[in-house]
Amino acid sequence: MSEDRIKKFEVRRQQLEKMSDEQLKNRFWELCNQIVEPMVDYGKKYTSQSIERSVLLRMGIDSVTSQGVVSRINEAGLLGKGAGHVVLKVSQKHKVDLRAAAKRINEDKTALEGLF
Amino acid sequence: MKTLDIKKKIDIEEILNDLENYHPRRKGWTWRENVDGGYKVEKFHFKEMTKPLKNSVPLPAAKYFNNIDPQPQPVITTEIASGRFEDDIRRMRMAAWHGADHIMVIRTTGQSHIDGLLEGSPEGVGGVPITRKQIRASRKACDLIEDEVGRKINFHSYVSGVAGPEVAVLFAEEGINGAHQDPQYNVLYRNVNMYRSFTDAASAKKVMADAGIFQIDGAHNANATAKEGWSVMPELLVQHGINCAFSAAVGMPKSQIGLSTVPPCAPPAPKIWYDLPYAVALRDIFSEFKFRAQQNTRYIESDIEEATRTHVIDTMISALTSADIQSTITPDEGRNVPWHYNNIRGIETAKQTLVALDGFKQLVKIDRDGPLGEMVRDIKERAICFLEEMIESGGYFAAVEKGFFVDSAKYPDRNGDGIARDGKGGVGAGTIVERDADYMAPVCSVFGHNHLPAGLKKPCDPIDGCTLCKPEKIAYIDEIDQTDNCNLRLAKTVEYRKGKMIKPEAEWAGDGTVLIQLFVPEELEVAKVAAQEIAKKMGLLDPEVINAQVMHPSEGTFVEVKGKVDFAIDRTTLKIPPKEVLLSEEEIREGIKKIGLKVVAGTVGEDEHSVGLREILDIKHGGIEKYGVKYHYLGTSVPISKMVDAAIETGADAILISTIISHNDVHRKNMRKLDELCREKGIRDKVMVMCGGTQVTREIAQECGMDDGFGRGTKGIQVVNSMVKLLKAKKRI
Repeated sequence: MSEDRIKKFEVRRQQLEKMSDEQLKNRFWELCNQIVEPMVDYGKKYTSQSIERSVLLRMGIDSVTSQGVVSRINEAGLLGKGAGHVVLKVSQKHKVDLRAAAKRINEDKTALEGLF
Repeated sequence: MKTLDIKKKIDIEEILNDLENYHPRRKGWTWRENVDGGYKVEKFHFKEMTKPLKNSVPLPAAKYFNNIDPQPQPVITTEIASGRFEDDIRRMRMAAWHGADHIMVIRTTGQSHIDGLLEGSPEGVGGVPITRKQIRASRKACDLIEDEVGRKINFHSYVSGVAGPEVAVLFAEEGINGAHQDPQYNVLYRNVNMYRSFTDAASAKKVMADAGIFQIDGAHNANATAKEGWSVMPELLVQHGINCAFSAAVGMPKSQIGLSTVPPCAPPAPKIWYDLPYAVALRDIFSEFKFRAQQNTRYIESDIEEATRTHVIDTMISALTSADIQSTITPDEGRNVPWHYNNIRGIETAKQTLVALDGFKQLVKIDRDGPLGEMVRDIKERAICFLEEMIESGGYFAAVEKGFFVDSAKYPDRNGDGIARDGKGGVGAGTIVERDADYMAPVCSVFGHNHLPAGLKKPCDPIDGCTLCKPEKIAYIDEIDQTDNCNLRLAKTVEYRKGKMIKPEAEWAGDGTVLIQLFVPEELEVAKVAAQEIAKKMGLLDPEVINAQVMHPSEGTFVEVKGKVDFAIDRTTLKIPPKEVLLSEEEIREGIKKIGLKVVAGTVGEDEHSVGLREILDIKHGGIEKYGVKYHYLGTSVPISKMVDAAIETGADAILISTIISHNDVHRKNMRKLDELCREKGIRDKVMVMCGGTQVTREIAQECGMDDGFGRGTKGIQVVNSMVKLLKAKKRI
């Protein structure tokens, strides 16, 4: 396997030897851009509890409250909706501000029911 | 406190006051300001120096150059993180005065694995717990410090670990100017799950990009971790490439993306043959990005001089290639958590080297025709082959699972000691969730699919503005732990910071840490134990040998011992010698004119030094002649008797002698002899006698019968000032 790898390296290298410095640079970036595509895709399609807490912070909800809220939303299987989305819905449903909505989610187990 | 008073210590309690209502006055990164046409100061025309500071401490040798303090092009970084931010703030001020405009705060151990934000001001270990309170107070202090020195300060920390997106938002809200962000670092060195790490990183980078936070990557850790740092150069290009490409793909402007690069080798290896081709290869491939050149930490031992010498060479490589940011490493990093003054030493190493090498590239050129060109090409080709093999193996995630990274062999060789991570394992494994078709985040700076209602002007319209648009919405938590916070710590040190007690310190107010240096004429092992005993007998608590260097296997060892003192000095008991207040030049000239002051001068004894005395005498050097004094210079190695005879013959009012040699106290003997001889000849009442020399002080001179004495760095005006004052006291003028 190792010898095979080295042989492949020699072949690859021969291809590169013909390239100018500029072509090498372009090749380097072409490969890097190709490699990061799946990672960028993950960033677009997925979310995490940290991302969702970072949304709640931007909504003016403190870090301690955000921990509990996102945890509950995750347990309720609603993280894919977006924690900010959930808090906004609770706030609209109960006609309270966002901080009060967050508090309600932490304190009232039924707060997340029937939102979507 | 709206401004700092140079004569007063920064008031930490005042910084903390009303912190809940503080908001940063600007966001984003600031580069140094260039001076059009180059910077002209005194006799020098610098090619690349930037706008000078309003207040600063220049290099020690500046006194020979009218105290100029040129500021090089790169932003200069210093890392300050003692575990107590309240003490770090004082160090930041000192660092800024020496030329640092990028203050980097390392996080406390383990923070990268905490899934959420910390709050309050608990004490850290090996760094500071990054909390809103700590960074807000530090940024607020930096505002005051930057006004004092007259240059913007960039404040910096880390957006990594499993709470990366939250930390990014915190930094954006609090006006943090720079941050490390590299998902590969999480994966390789913090064992954060790779899918989680990249998912979070995309969100974090978007927030950073919009807030203008300058990003630095983490690739340099590979050459600090791999057994042979200089062998992993191709991989380093790959790691830089991945983070740069990923950051650009999520919307970060290239001008905001910095590579963290370290010259990977160190003497006694032929460093330049590794570091220069590496530096050139990087700058070729990454020409559109910024460079943060770091000094090497991998090979730092306990000898701070050795570290400094390596850092000078590292910085020279920056000057020979390029650096937008020159980072510094405290030279004591190999032996303890950095001390205040070693931050300053690191900064001065960078400043001194870069100032000395101003416009270096106009004088020397990199020769690519020789071996350098081949070596540069070799690194690039290996890096590209590495990337090709990654793709063939199934891409980044698969490559990490197969241990492609941080293998200590030179690619394509493998030593099998690379860091392999399981895609299903690591901290935060299985925690990412696919966004639903109706996913929504009603705030600004969101990356990825976000299904907002149609027709919005801003993403945060549904909530009437997010904290990035309306800072007053930020939820501030002051303290959570009532037993571990800065208020308790500050209360313990108030007498050292604001009271009358003085205690030496290395890291924290009142820590009492001191360092003693000694040469012990014994072999290494004996010397270390002896040095510790000596420190104990000197009264130091917890003495610890932190450096020992063999001078000769049997002749002796240089040892450094740190310890603590358990006492403090009461400032009010100190007798501080009053500072001489000089008469005005007019007053001096007038006094001299009144009696037509004449002096005889010479270097006495068997002493051929003439430069110091000539500078005191000659008009050209601003000497006493400038003020109207007539002098008769007798030269060097003048016998004392000849000085006295010449004074009598010329009717001199004063005899000025210079004595540099001080072996066997010959300088004291000469002074006494001059006084005695003047008395014998009956002229002592009429003639002023004064002495100068490197080992002379006013106290020593007066003890030896002189009217006054002058040490190193004396100027002519100080001598005439003394003579005129004496003449006034004697009522002769």
